[in-house]
Amino acid sequence: MPERPTDRMPGETDEALGEHALSRRDFLTSVGISLAGMLAGCSSETREAFFQKHFLELTPDEVERRLVRIRDDCDRQFGREVSISALPAQPGVVFGYALDLSRCIGCRRCVYACVKENNQSRAPQIQWIRVLEMEKEKGIDFEDGNPYYDPERVPDPDHFYLPVACQQCRNPPCTRVCPVGATWQERDGIVVIDYDWCIGCRYCMAACPYGARHFNWGEPGLPPEDLNPNLHILGNRPRPRGVVEKCTFCIQRVRAGRYPACVEICPVGARKFGNLLDPESEISRILSEKRVFVLKGELKTDPKFFYFYGI
Amino acid sequence: MGPVKFLSTSVGLVARGGKAYWLWVGVLVALIVWGGFAYVDQLRHGLIVTNMRDQVSWAFYIGNFTFLVGVAAAAVVLVIPAYIYNWKPIKEVAILGEILAISAIVMSLLFVVADMGRPDRGWHLVPVLGHMNFPSSVLAWDVLVLNLYLVLNALVVTHILYRGLQGRSYNQSLVVPLVLFSIPAAVGIHTVTAFIYVGLAARPYWNASILAPRFLVSAFCSGPAIMLILFQILQRTTKIAIKDEAIWKIAELMAYAMFVNLFLLGAEIFKEYYSATEHLTHFQYLFAGVRGHHALVPYAWAFVGCGIVAFLLFLFPATRRNVVTLNLGCLLIYASVYIEKGMGLVIPAFTPDVLGEIYEYTPTVHELRIGAAIFSTGFLIFTVLCKIAIPILTGEFAGTTNLGRPEELHPTPPARGAA
Repeated sequence: MPERPTDRMPGETDEALGEHALSRRDFLTSVGISLAGMLAGCSSETREAFFQKHFLELTPDEVERRLVRIRDDCDRQFGREVSISALPAQPGVVFGYALDLSRCIGCRRCVYACVKENNQSRAPQIQWIRVLEMEKEKGIDFEDGNPYYDPERVPDPDHFYLPVACQQCRNPPCTRVCPVGATWQERDGIVVIDYDWCIGCRYCMAACPYGARHFNWGEPGLPPEDLNPNLHILGNRPRPRGVVEKCTFCIQRVRAGRYPACVEICPVGARKFGNLLDPESEISRILSEKRVFVLKGELKTDPKFFYFYGI
Repeated sequence: MGPVKFLSTSVGLVARGGKAYWLWVGVLVALIVWGGFAYVDQLRHGLIVTNMRDQVSWAFYIGNFTFLVGVAAAAVVLVIPAYIYNWKPIKEVAILGEILAISAIVMSLLFVVADMGRPDRGWHLVPVLGHMNFPSSVLAWDVLVLNLYLVLNALVVTHILYRGLQGRSYNQSLVVPLVLFSIPAAVGIHTVTAFIYVGLAARPYWNASILAPRFLVSAFCSGPAIMLILFQILQRTTKIAIKDEAIWKIAELMAYAMFVNLFLLGAEIFKEYYSATEHLTHFQYLFAGVRGHHALVPYAWAFVGCGIVAFLLFLFPATRRNVVTLNLGCLLIYASVYIEKGMGLVIPAFTPDVLGEIYEYTPTVHELRIGAAIFSTGFLIFTVLCKIAIPILTGEFAGTTNLGRPEELHPTPPARGAA
């Protein structure tokens, strides 16, 4: 069953849901009291973090409080002042992406720009973009793709390159399988994760046909000087250990009208991005003038990430 | 007798035992402590103490989970004839099947907890309290049905033992409907567990409709194999009398299950190898190795070989009635299904991964220790429950002497084994 994009912003709940949320809150409170003894040794922050609610059930006030908490956490953990937003999807926007395979030279600058922008763990390494080296003779064949290519110079004359990240499916298998609803598609089409709600079962990773989801197997290692302080709560804010993370089209940038970091860094202009609902946007022009395809189309995930041969 | 007395009597029964019993319990507790420390380590450092990585994101824990769900479901093999057909020999031991189901479900749930990145957020899965993605997520279904099945079996066993200790027969209007319900529930837990995998189009190794039937059939091989061995141990170490007839009947049922198990495996192998699409690579990784990686190959042939030999041993009445060949067959089929429905089910689905990369997984010592602790916990639960149940089943426990005779109870089902 295709999932409809939702981005019920916190507080925007309908009445039934509001009542539901209220009774759940009461329930939580009573459980909280009974468990208070158990948690008596913990700080109030720990307690609050333990009993926090699902992101979509937060009131605007509670979102604000959570932003403050993340700011404080960053201050404590990195000694850095950060700005963090929960900017919602803008009406009339659905983001799309297109990648020109004839231009990509396999330099992997996008990989590292993404790591820098999105505060991925440096040790152990987490990268949201995987560039596969493919043999020209064989075309796109994942069995023969090599993500660990390391020649003197790129591009290698016998190979072409296929960068793969989250395909931002319209029919995402990952959100469907999550047992606790910790990941969903926003109204602007971005598939996000509530890092405070994910239980780390990794069912989404088994379900994703593109290897786009990554798990924090160990404590994320992010040196304070490498922290990008411009954060979004559903995007690049530092993640805890034991949760899944993924590409969000740089939600912190694109909702503020900027390009994703990978688009900006690409030295050959192979990466295109824009609003699919705006017929004048670059992405819409590519869709109408070029012939595009998606990866693993037979799985009917309906990606909003397109590939094409521009030249 | 109130609940307090019930508890204290049970504790009294559990505390009664010889040297061998305490040695057994001691070994289990030692393993639990040893593995427990490994789990503390995992809590401190994260799942990085395992060898799972993004390419192979489920492995040893989830493999064991799947296998144990099968063991739990197989209790139904004993329950169906015992309760529905009112068939005496097996009824004596059906309650032991339910005790095994309880132990297996607890183990499988513990393996899920061990696999969670954030066990502290486990309450997010609790209906009402958390935010269950129901009915969309099959995992949410599985959490529900597994817990339901656990409660169901625990309820039946507790009720029968509680009544038994009071010297009374069980309440038929309570037990019979619950037991009848536990039959579709057993099929349900295994089907839902299979659907966790079947539903993933991204993993062709799992995305096959034959998977759920194969799950059920292999469970009907491995579950009874464990039971047969346990029955013989109980026959020798306790006063419980399990008739050979019962053991032979179970063995006969297993022979049918083993045939279907091998047939379905063959059907799947034919489809994959003859059509030889890109889906074949996962089977090749299992049976022959791919691009120089063959960690699973010896295990794959071991499970096929064990499965065939066990089938032949169970097929012929002479060998399935011989103590030596019967037990050999049990061990072989157990090993076969453990490999096939454990690591053999999980690892090849991730190797190569969705982008074609091969990451060869083998479990770390941490994973093995945590696994040992979980299995020991299950064995301990089984031991303790048997320790309470057996004196009641044998009528050894004072107050039950005038009960437990099938002819005194009517109509169906008589309660000799159960009461």
